[in-house]
Amino acid sequence: MAVCIAVIAKENYPLYIRSVPTENELKFHYTVHTSLDVVDEKISAMGKALVDQRELYLGLLYPTEDYKVYGYVTNSKVKFVMVVDSSNTALRDNEIRSMFRKLHNSYTDIMCNPFYNPGDRIHSRAFDNTVTSMMMQVC
Amino acid sequence: MDGAAAAAAGQQGGEKPPVIYTMENKPIVTCAGDQNLFTSLYPTLSQQLPREPMEWRRSYGRVPKMIHLESNFVQFKEELLPKEGNKALLTFPFLHIYWTECCDTEAYKAAVKDDITKWQNVLKAHGSVDWLIVVVESDAKKKNKTNILPRTSIVDKIRNDFCNKQSDRCVVLSDPLKDSSRSQESWNAFLTKLRTLLLMSFTKNLGKFEDDMRTLREKRTDPGWSFCEYFMVQEELAFVFEMLQQFEDALVQYDELDALFSQYVVNFGAGDGANWLTFFCQPVRSWNGLILRKPIDMEKRELIQNQEATLLDLRSYLFSRQCTLLIFLQKPWEVSQRALELLHNCVQELKLLEVSVPPGALDCWVFLSCLEVLQRIEGCCDRAQIDANVSHTVGLWSYATEKLRSLGYLCGLASEKGPNSEDLNRTVDLLAGLGAERPETANASQSPYKKLKEALSSVEAFEKHYLDLSHATIEMYTNIGRIRSAKLVGKDLAEFYMRKKSPQKAEVYLQGALKTYLAEGWALLVTHTRKQLAECQKQLGQIDNYLQTSSLLASDSHLTEDERKRFCQEILDFANQQTESQGEKIILSMHSFAQLKTLHFDPPNAVVHVGGKLSIEVTLQSQMPIPVPVDQIAIYVHFSIEKNSYRKTAEWLTKHKTSNGVISFPSEAASFPWSRNNLPALELYEMYERSPSDNSLNTTGIICKNVHMLLRRQESSTSLDMPSGVTLEDGAHMLKCSDLILEPGINKITFETQAKEPGTYTLRQLCTSLGKVQFVLLHIYPIAQYDVYSQEPQLKVEPMTDSLLAGIPQKVKFTVITGHYTMKSGDTLQLSNADAMPILYHPESKAVIYSNTREKISESTLKIQSSEKITSISLPVTPAYHVIEFELQVMYLPSTPEPAVEGENTVNKEAYGKSKEKQKADSHMATVDQKVTIDCPWSIYSTIIALTFCIPFNAKHSLLSAGKRKYVQVCVQNLSELCFQLSENSLTNSVDCTDLQLVPLNPDSQQVIYSKQSIFFVWELKWTKELPLSLQCLFSVSFCPATSEEQSLSLKPFTYEFQVENFFTLYNVKTEIFPPLGAEYCKTGSLCSLEVSITRLADLLEVDKDEALTESDGYCTTKLMYEVVDNSSNWAVCGKSSGVISMPVAARATHKVHMEVMPLFAGHLPFPDVRLFKYLPHHSAHSMQPDADSWIENDNLSVDKNVDEQAESSSLRSRSSLHSAASGEHKGLPMPRLQAFSSGQVFNCSTGMQILVVPSKDDHVLEVNVT
Repeated sequence: MAVCIAVIAKENYPLYIRSVPTENELKFHYTVHTSLDVVDEKISAMGKALVDQRELYLGLLYPTEDYKVYGYVTNSKVKFVMVVDSSNTALRDNEIRSMFRKLHNSYTDIMCNPFYNPGDRIHSRAFDNTVTSMMMQVC
Repeated sequence: MDGAAAAAAGQQGGEKPPVIYTMENKPIVTCAGDQNLFTSLYPTLSQQLPREPMEWRRSYGRVPKMIHLESNFVQFKEELLPKEGNKALLTFPFLHIYWTECCDTEAYKAAVKDDITKWQNVLKAHGSVDWLIVVVESDAKKKNKTNILPRTSIVDKIRNDFCNKQSDRCVVLSDPLKDSSRSQESWNAFLTKLRTLLLMSFTKNLGKFEDDMRTLREKRTDPGWSFCEYFMVQEELAFVFEMLQQFEDALVQYDELDALFSQYVVNFGAGDGANWLTFFCQPVRSWNGLILRKPIDMEKRELIQNQEATLLDLRSYLFSRQCTLLIFLQKPWEVSQRALELLHNCVQELKLLEVSVPPGALDCWVFLSCLEVLQRIEGCCDRAQIDANVSHTVGLWSYATEKLRSLGYLCGLASEKGPNSEDLNRTVDLLAGLGAERPETANASQSPYKKLKEALSSVEAFEKHYLDLSHATIEMYTNIGRIRSAKLVGKDLAEFYMRKKSPQKAEVYLQGALKTYLAEGWALLVTHTRKQLAECQKQLGQIDNYLQTSSLLASDSHLTEDERKRFCQEILDFANQQTESQGEKIILSMHSFAQLKTLHFDPPNAVVHVGGKLSIEVTLQSQMPIPVPVDQIAIYVHFSIEKNSYRKTAEWLTKHKTSNGVISFPSEAASFPWSRNNLPALELYEMYERSPSDNSLNTTGIICKNVHMLLRRQESSTSLDMPSGVTLEDGAHMLKCSDLILEPGINKITFETQAKEPGTYTLRQLCTSLGKVQFVLLHIYPIAQYDVYSQEPQLKVEPMTDSLLAGIPQKVKFTVITGHYTMKSGDTLQLSNADAMPILYHPESKAVIYSNTREKISESTLKIQSSEKITSISLPVTPAYHVIEFELQVMYLPSTPEPAVEGENTVNKEAYGKSKEKQKADSHMATVDQKVTIDCPWSIYSTIIALTFCIPFNAKHSLLSAGKRKYVQVCVQNLSELCFQLSENSLTNSVDCTDLQLVPLNPDSQQVIYSKQSIFFVWELKWTKELPLSLQCLFSVSFCPATSEEQSLSLKPFTYEFQVENFFTLYNVKTEIFPPLGAEYCKTGSLCSLEVSITRLADLLEVDKDEALTESDGYCTTKLMYEVVDNSSNWAVCGKSSGVISMPVAARATHKVHMEVMPLFAGHLPFPDVRLFKYLPHHSAHSMQPDADSWIENDNLSVDKNVDEQAESSSLRSRSSLHSAASGEHKGLPMPRLQAFSSGQVFNCSTGMQILVVPSKDDHVLEVNVT
């Protein structure tokens, strides 16, 4: 389904990043990193909105020839970025949204772990499984 | 007028179908009947019709719209009416109007009716119901014909004949060419009618058309269904909406077509292919990009109509239509957004449909299309608008750049050597696919077509265009704050430069990108960029930078083992190059090469004495993938002497530095800033500083050790990567280890040094040398330092308890700090003996030797020899910088007091001979300092040590009288914390006096005196003869600690010497109070009589011989002053309360004084005090004796009240004559003086007596104050 899923800290360093075809890992890193430009733009654009009214889902960040990049930002400014293959037309906005919500829930679980230090890289197996399931769903 | 011309053209050249595919299309309205009439009305009509908007209500719940109607009026012809099955909408006549001016019934019947009937029949034959008959009336015509029917009749006739139930299909227009209100009204009514009917027709006909279209669409699963046919049908609808200026609706039609097609492609991808779609899968042969300059690209439209279009043709046409409509709607930014989507989508669709595309063809198409869209947008917006919306267009710029780059790579234009023949062939093929330039841009100086052709023509042209595009894109990205995107484009540019072998240009971009990635902590990107940078630096010959980058890469865990080894080998190869060039050493930052983990000092407190050995174990974690031979590892040490600093003294150092000797360095997380905000945690330490002399706390606080880390300015660019200006401090002090091999991972290296100069040594830098390469750790933090000290030999003697007590054996600790002196055998401490303080010791007392760090080394017995003068203690053999400790007992013996009495009237004196005494307040012990002179082996000078002893007891005495009987009381108070046993108390009269006897009234047994308690001893004084004036007494009591087991020691008794004088009772004072006569008791408020009788008890004595004594006729008299004082305010003394009496000096002589007093309270009241003073007249030089009474009365008595109080409070102290003398002087007048008696001389036998006073019955006075 998704080809790359990344969790990025408030300070824009990667907390977690995984992509499915491993040989393209570097390319996805570049893609995700570049997408932060648009995330920043979108966040600053909606900065004024009230917290409870704020939409966490940022929508399509930018399309490339081969991939579509979607963004999501938590209230603590942790960003989720998902890269989806452009040819995968079965994925609609709603599915992407629910995937992000699932991801957010799993991330919240990590944060609830008293042994996890916020800001550290994520090594949780549960989170890994969630991500794997999202990547495997259709493919 | 334009419209009129068109209408005229329509009228004249009616044979040609009036289909013009421009937005000038208007709905067609036909005109029949009187053409001349219509021509005359046409200008007004075409002008007035669009003036007012009309609400158009739509079917299917679509939003009603206000619409300005315009029409194309053409002459009615039967050919204009659509035949059955004709779907054309643009040529469809929406309304048919019949114009007539007829007002004559005859004429109507003759011609007009037939004409209308014919017209109606034609309409009916074609099923058209949208018609209108207009009857124009004018007053001019009416006047001409007099016998005309009322005008309504013609209209009525027409209505009757043609409009069965639709009377609104016939309207009257009166005097249309006149400028009157009536004419205006009539026009308005007509126009409204016309508009309404037009809209009705639209609604009806378009609704029908849409229904047909939907039906057609429902058949799309039929095998013969053709998308292109359907496309033309729906586009017809779009055209009509466009004609009606309903661009949104028109756009919807195209969007529907777009979505439908996309869905088919997706379904095709899913295996559900439609036959017609295979047609679109034909190989791409032309890639000439989008054409957006024409409203309708007829060429492509024809291709679609003829079902010959390729996928790109269809998409291009569809987008060009959407673009046109969006620009009409003034949404140019949506154009750019949709364009990007379209381009991506097309690329995907071609892939999905597996259309064969020559390599580079799509890149050409995308590049041309991007530029075309950008130019189209630029054509309809001004510069400021474009600049403000760069974020919408920058994507297209970036996409175009990307495509041009890949074209350049494909055609060999980006290589150093230029294109080869294969590349050239490919280029020719690509150019062929572009076809000829379109006529509309052929004459323009620049167009996307020209740009691409030029770029592909030569290496230089390509470079120019590519750089232009790249720079423009980077600038746009930077301007809108998309730094990351800008860096990515920059990196592509760097790659291009590297291919062109111009690394100096590439470096800037690589460094820029690297900085961004480093700052945000994207490890993989950092690694990748560094790899490129290393290559770039290698080509540039920046050896320092290249090696630094190589070392970073060699330690990078994101690289493969082989790559890391390769980079490591690069460093080693360079390091091992022959150094014949005598080149400078290359200094690199160490953090990538190895990390300093810990420093371990031995001794652990990192304090060493001069000449001592210190070792430092350094733990280095090598980051290299292979073992690295190292020539030398050196620690540069900074040496500083801090003189006059207490903190650097041996004493402080050995006491305070008690760390475990391990300094851990934070792991190198800092070198990889995951985040800039990740400040180091606070390093807080408690701090206590004690005074050097008594170890009391001077200051305390909390110290933050890494303030400089926390409070420094956050640098935006951390120059971690480029250790510019790495310099080695040229320190004279250096610790070295040579010829090592650093294994990957943890390495332990031990440095050893022998301490030389005292001072502080700070480890500043760590340097690893490999041939020509040096890796340097610039700052060692946290600060690691060791101290070297030297120390003078020292002797300390301290009591073991808080204070030493005199009289009993006490332990004293001797501490010898050897310092730099080595104790040899035979070295002794020689103590000069003092009589008052013998030194007691056990033969088996031991000395303990400690190292300077308080580690116990050994124990040895102490040899002590004592002669009369000197006690000599042999010290054990001890190396330098050690401590010898042993304990001895000393006892302070107060020497026997000497009988000498100091001072005239001083009654008590604790005399301890030669020793100095510090008499403190009553509750504190008196102290005595005893000095001991000690000769130390290391010095020719003697050390004098003062020991302070406290005297544990304090004694007081008092004289008690009972009439003539006398008692002496001594109070002994234990001030110490110890508990003592007292025995053998005695009081002796020092002056040998046989007729005086001191009879003890105390028990003989031992008494225990506890800490802070007192014991009283009493003796009765008995005498047989005349008493002496004063008595010298010596109190003595033996004591020993109650807990002490050994009583063997001869302890000296505690002694107390004092003197009592003038203790013989001279006067007896008796006071009596009598109730008033006849009354049984004294009553409050009533006067009672007070009788004071003063009785002389002795005859003339030595003490009486003073100035007050007068002698006449063998009788001696003296003058006394009495005073009645009631301090507790129980009594009111009425009349004189004091007076002077003349007292005969003879035994039993009595003087009585009466006065009246009044009790103020009821109850048992104590008697008022009666005081007696010796009344000394003024110096005898005065002849005249003033009348005492007379001056006493004027209250000017010189009796100092303080005197009385003093006398009262301390009865012990006798009134000194000094005082009265002083007061006399003070007054400056010849005044009589008063002298108090000493305590034993006056006995008041009424002291403590009380008398009962009853309350008076009617003294309940109630005072009520009303305010």
